[in-house]
Amino acid sequence: MTRLPLVLLSGLAVAAVAACHKTPPETTPPPVANADSAAQAAERARAEAAERARADSLARAQEAAERLARQRAADSLAGLGKTSEAVKTLLATLVHFDFDKANIRPGEAAVLDQKVGILQVNGGLRIRIAGHCDERGSDEYNLALGNRRAIAAKQYLVSHGIDAGRIETVSYGKERPSDPGHTEEAWSKNRRDETEIVAGGDALKQP
Amino acid sequence: MSARARVIVALAVAIPALARGLAAQDTAAVDRGVRIGIIYRPGVRPGLVVLPPQAGALDSVERILSRDLDYSDRFELITLPAGDSIRVATAAPAALAPGTRPAAGKGTTGGAATAAALSSLNYPLYQALGADFAVLVRAAPPDTAVVTVHDVTAGGVRREFRAHLPPLKDPDFRMAVHRLADRVLEATLGVAGLAATRVLYVLDSKVYSIDQDGADARVVSASDRQALSPAWAPDGRRFAYMELGQGKGTLFIQDVATGKRAAVGASGQALDFTPAFAPDAKTLAFSRATDEGTDIYTLNIKDHCCLQRLTVGRFSDNLSPTYSPDGQRIAFVSTRAGQPQVYVMAADGTDEQLFAPFDYGVTGASYAPDWSPDGQSVAFHRDVGGTYQVFVLDVRTRVVRQLTSIGRNEDPTWAPDGRHMAFVSARAGYRQLWIIDVETGRIRLLVEQSGARLPAWSPRLPETTPSTH
Repeated sequence: MTRLPLVLLSGLAVAAVAACHKTPPETTPPPVANADSAAQAAERARAEAAERARADSLARAQEAAERLARQRAADSLAGLGKTSEAVKTLLATLVHFDFDKANIRPGEAAVLDQKVGILQVNGGLRIRIAGHCDERGSDEYNLALGNRRAIAAKQYLVSHGIDAGRIETVSYGKERPSDPGHTEEAWSKNRRDETEIVAGGDALKQP
Repeated sequence: MSARARVIVALAVAIPALARGLAAQDTAAVDRGVRIGIIYRPGVRPGLVVLPPQAGALDSVERILSRDLDYSDRFELITLPAGDSIRVATAAPAALAPGTRPAAGKGTTGGAATAAALSSLNYPLYQALGADFAVLVRAAPPDTAVVTVHDVTAGGVRREFRAHLPPLKDPDFRMAVHRLADRVLEATLGVAGLAATRVLYVLDSKVYSIDQDGADARVVSASDRQALSPAWAPDGRRFAYMELGQGKGTLFIQDVATGKRAAVGASGQALDFTPAFAPDAKTLAFSRATDEGTDIYTLNIKDHCCLQRLTVGRFSDNLSPTYSPDGQRIAFVSTRAGQPQVYVMAADGTDEQLFAPFDYGVTGASYAPDWSPDGQSVAFHRDVGGTYQVFVLDVRTRVVRQLTSIGRNEDPTWAPDGRHMAFVSARAGYRQLWIIDVETGRIRLLVEQSGARLPAWSPRLPETTPSTH
């Protein structure tokens, strides 16, 4: 009785072993799969790490580059600003006139030549020229005279190639003296064209 | 009696001083309107006395009236040295009759001291004082004045009229009295006066308005911009002026009564200046400064249309237009011959020609013409030896006459009577506004403040203005 069961058992066991022997290749995919995924995960992690490292270094490089660029930009802006201010000052140089005259004096042409240069290299720049007179002339006539002084300067600039549309002219007559005095010195200061920027004066290039 | 004696002494002193010519241009001594005693200029101008008022409230009426009539420069104004004693004579001529010598006799025939005495004067007495006319103002409450104009020479009342007279504190009070003065002038000499007028001017970048007698100055336009070149509309109810901002000039037309203003033309876009109303009141001429210089334009301000360019002065400036009173012509300043001179053209811009003759290279530059209301003259200022003097051009003969010689004088503006003009003068050391009577050369101060300029004398003002308050 005991044999049968033994045989049975062994048979079962064989069968079982046989079965065991047979099946493992088919029933072990999970562990294999697990091993696979682990390797992949490791690989992925390695790749990710590498990626991250690469990204990090890239970012760092980029950051550095940006920082550098920023610094350079700042540096150059500062330089540009300095230039711009200098150009603005140059542009604002007054043009002076003889009493009751609106013609550009030979000595004043250089002042206008500077303005020509500035307008040439700064294509977006638009200006307004305001003519002024000394206190001696007639009140109302001086508005016409101031206007003539402004357009004399404008004509000079236009004749040197500047587009007329970039230059506006106005006149204050004798209503806004820069020197309130009543001497020839004050008068000669007050007979003037002032130039101001209407548009495009943010970063002026030097001619 | 003592009053009369003093009068005669004053007469004796005054007469030699009058020997000098009256047609002089600029009175050498500045006459500030202060007179001592009685000035009598026989055969030159009629004497006029404004009788002292019977009621104290009319004191200021009498003062304003006397000053207006004096400033008309058409009378010898007789100031009574002792008002009270003369008033006694006014009220009771009979009382004085015994002492007034035979000459006074005929005047006293009907001169009983009755209520009727108010309308009859001791005419011989006033005749002896040099008066041709005597004016008495009485109040007829609540707001009416009764003005009696006596013809002293004829010995009777020439005219009596009633007029609205608002109370002293009313803003229209002074103008109402000025109108009385103009009616007295009309009643006595048959001419239109200038008392009921005001003068616009610029001071500290604002436009002011002042009575022609130098009282009641008011700011009529104030902004943060520089105002220039005020100019009256022909009806005296509006005026134009220019505001300078950002180097551009905007013209405005403002209503006197309401103070409301409206921009004219291309506001803020151009440099428009020196506006001038045409007599038709619907056309405004002005100067516009552009890239081509300054030219004269007209605009229809009734329909806000029809901008028209009258001058085409490439390479020259044309400005300061002023219409002839018939509206047919415009005098203006042009630099076409090099320096500014006075030209004239038809109102449509045709037929431009030189108006005020000048010697090229010799005569100084000329500016700011103003055509007189009678059409016969154009006043302007011209450079004489580095300073400005006021000149008058006779339109018919084209003869130019220099009117001023003391200090710098400029920007003349005619009064509606065609014989007075206001102008800027630095004769006292700084720029003020003065008035000259072209006929006599008499000069008086209008605006004392330093820096007053660009005067514009109104036409005779209509009843309803100015009531800005």
